[in-house]
Amino acid sequence: MLELSGITKSYGTHRVLDDVGFRVPDGRLTGFVGGNGAGKTTTMRIMLGVLARDAGTVLLDGSPVTASDRRRFGYMPEERGLYPKMKVLEQIVYLARLHGFSKTDATARATALLEELGLGERLNDNIETLSLGNQQRAQIAAALVHEPSMLILDEPFSGLDPIAVDVVASVLQSRAAQGVGVLFSSHQLDVVERLCDDLVIIAGGTIRAAGTRDELRERHRNHRYELVSAGDAGWLRTEPGVEVVEFDGGYALFDVDSESTAQRVLRRAVEHGEVASFTPRHPSLAQIFAEVIKEVTA
Amino acid sequence: MNTSSPTVTSPSFAQSTWLVAEREIGSKLRSKSFLISFGILFLGALALVVWGGFSAGDTSGTPVAVTSDAAQYVQNAQGLELDDVADREAAETAVRDGDVDAAIVGDPSSPTGFVVIGDTSVSNSVLMSLAQLPPVELLDPDGDAGFIGYFVAIGFGVVFLLSAQTFGATIAQSVVEEKQTRVVELLISAVPVRALLAGKVIGNTVLAMGQILILAAISVIGLTVTDQTELLTGIGAPIAWFAVFFLFGFVLLAALFAAAAAMVSRQEDIGATTTPLILLIMAPYFLVIFAWNNPLILGIMSYVPFSAPIGMPMRLFLGDALWWEPLASLAILFATCIGAILVGAKIYENSLLRMGARVKLSEALRR
Repeated sequence: MLELSGITKSYGTHRVLDDVGFRVPDGRLTGFVGGNGAGKTTTMRIMLGVLARDAGTVLLDGSPVTASDRRRFGYMPEERGLYPKMKVLEQIVYLARLHGFSKTDATARATALLEELGLGERLNDNIETLSLGNQQRAQIAAALVHEPSMLILDEPFSGLDPIAVDVVASVLQSRAAQGVGVLFSSHQLDVVERLCDDLVIIAGGTIRAAGTRDELRERHRNHRYELVSAGDAGWLRTEPGVEVVEFDGGYALFDVDSESTAQRVLRRAVEHGEVASFTPRHPSLAQIFAEVIKEVTA
Repeated sequence: MNTSSPTVTSPSFAQSTWLVAEREIGSKLRSKSFLISFGILFLGALALVVWGGFSAGDTSGTPVAVTSDAAQYVQNAQGLELDDVADREAAETAVRDGDVDAAIVGDPSSPTGFVVIGDTSVSNSVLMSLAQLPPVELLDPDGDAGFIGYFVAIGFGVVFLLSAQTFGATIAQSVVEEKQTRVVELLISAVPVRALLAGKVIGNTVLAMGQILILAAISVIGLTVTDQTELLTGIGAPIAWFAVFFLFGFVLLAALFAAAAAMVSRQEDIGATTTPLILLIMAPYFLVIFAWNNPLILGIMSYVPFSAPIGMPMRLFLGDALWWEPLASLAILFATCIGAILVGAKIYENSLLRMGARVKLSEALRR
């Protein structure tokens, strides 16, 4: 497990990170969400040791992370880059060898990984001749080829089409299933929501929320329910403690002021007719994100 | 934790360095523009040597003026085209006017009974065709020592300039390419920064030395094949010294080029920090061409680390340097080289991840 605490970083008088702390547990996918300029990239660079921090600690399994620990990290920088005039396979093999693999091993791993990522046909093409999406896949291969024990990926899904998103997502999930801790940032909140076990929300250089996805959902649930019944649900409008959001015959979407109100509504619904479904509606990550950001700025 | 990779051992510093060097060499050898420019250089050197061979072979002999009192000494001399003149005065006039390359006149004060008179120098071929080595008198001893010397100066100058600039620029571009494409973030998360720098310097030094050695081999083989052994004996040792000096001279420049390039983030900005280094390479080239026969300037050049690779071999060729001088100059060069590597590594380490605006030198040197 990688653990950050009290990380502070300033550029001149501008403080970009203030007391940042969170965990990246092994074997789980952690989404790192924040607006532009929130401090995601700076945090990731500090985790990699690519950037120096002003204060704070980065611990790996309880002890300060060393240069050789970091050599076992996989990293995908925000601004992509591989040698434009080098062949895809050759490049990934080179990076694997820099991490200590023998030439034979490196070639075998790189070939398998590139095939897994759908680049099997392009192994001997120069990077610069690939489409942006395929360059992105090669970049992911570069981060994964040395079988890292910790993955730190800055926007791994940006620029990918939906199919490629699925390919990359399944690759990341398989690594997490093998016990690798994965931290990735993304603007695509739907992808993050679908994929992540844990979430970290950063805004203005401070961590606004962190925890498992379900915890966050629970904390930010807004007591919204959906009712589908055979009878007309018009009576809901006059029910105390209920605010109807959407209404159409037997269908209603409504907020309640408490759990007991919800239970009372359910009982009355059954009295009014056959209930097809009565479901609590969880807020989407986009809603939680908007709410978390609003809470702080308000 | 994933432990499915038992074959992985963290590579040693030397292994990392060599991997980087190997990539540098491989990517250069696959660059068409490099192969073409090297081909042109190769053909140019070959043409020069072959042309030298033809022009040497064409002449039936070296024109030499001979007075009657010296005729006996040159009777059996091969390769001389004799031109009888009345007296010493007429002989000297012929030499001055360039009608003949040298004059051979009788001189009672000479132990051999005659002397050879040249204008600014006397070709070895004249002396070697004589049975006995006579004293040599020069009419204009401060003048040019013949244009062979000039060609040698240009030769050393051009080869140094082209090789140092080609591979210095290569190392600079390679550093900035890694910065600009951000591949450097991946590289230094895998290998120590110093291994990356060392690999680049070594890789490009191997290439530059390869180029120098190939050119040296062409000259030596070419001169032998075209039977210009006389020139070869004069220039063989200076070429060997040139190669040794170039090795350290280039490592010195390579470390500085890498450091200078690390201070910028885009190819377009390379000029801003490498221009002073380009001037350091150009200056010795122009100096040796304009002042190759000025002993003072050449003497200074042969000890200044940046110009020693040209200056010292040139002095050796002219026979001006004492036996210990190349060794002393090499020691100075070596010490400077170590210093440049230390300073270069510091700048490189401090600048490599600073993207955007050019890094100030004072910041790059900070601990």
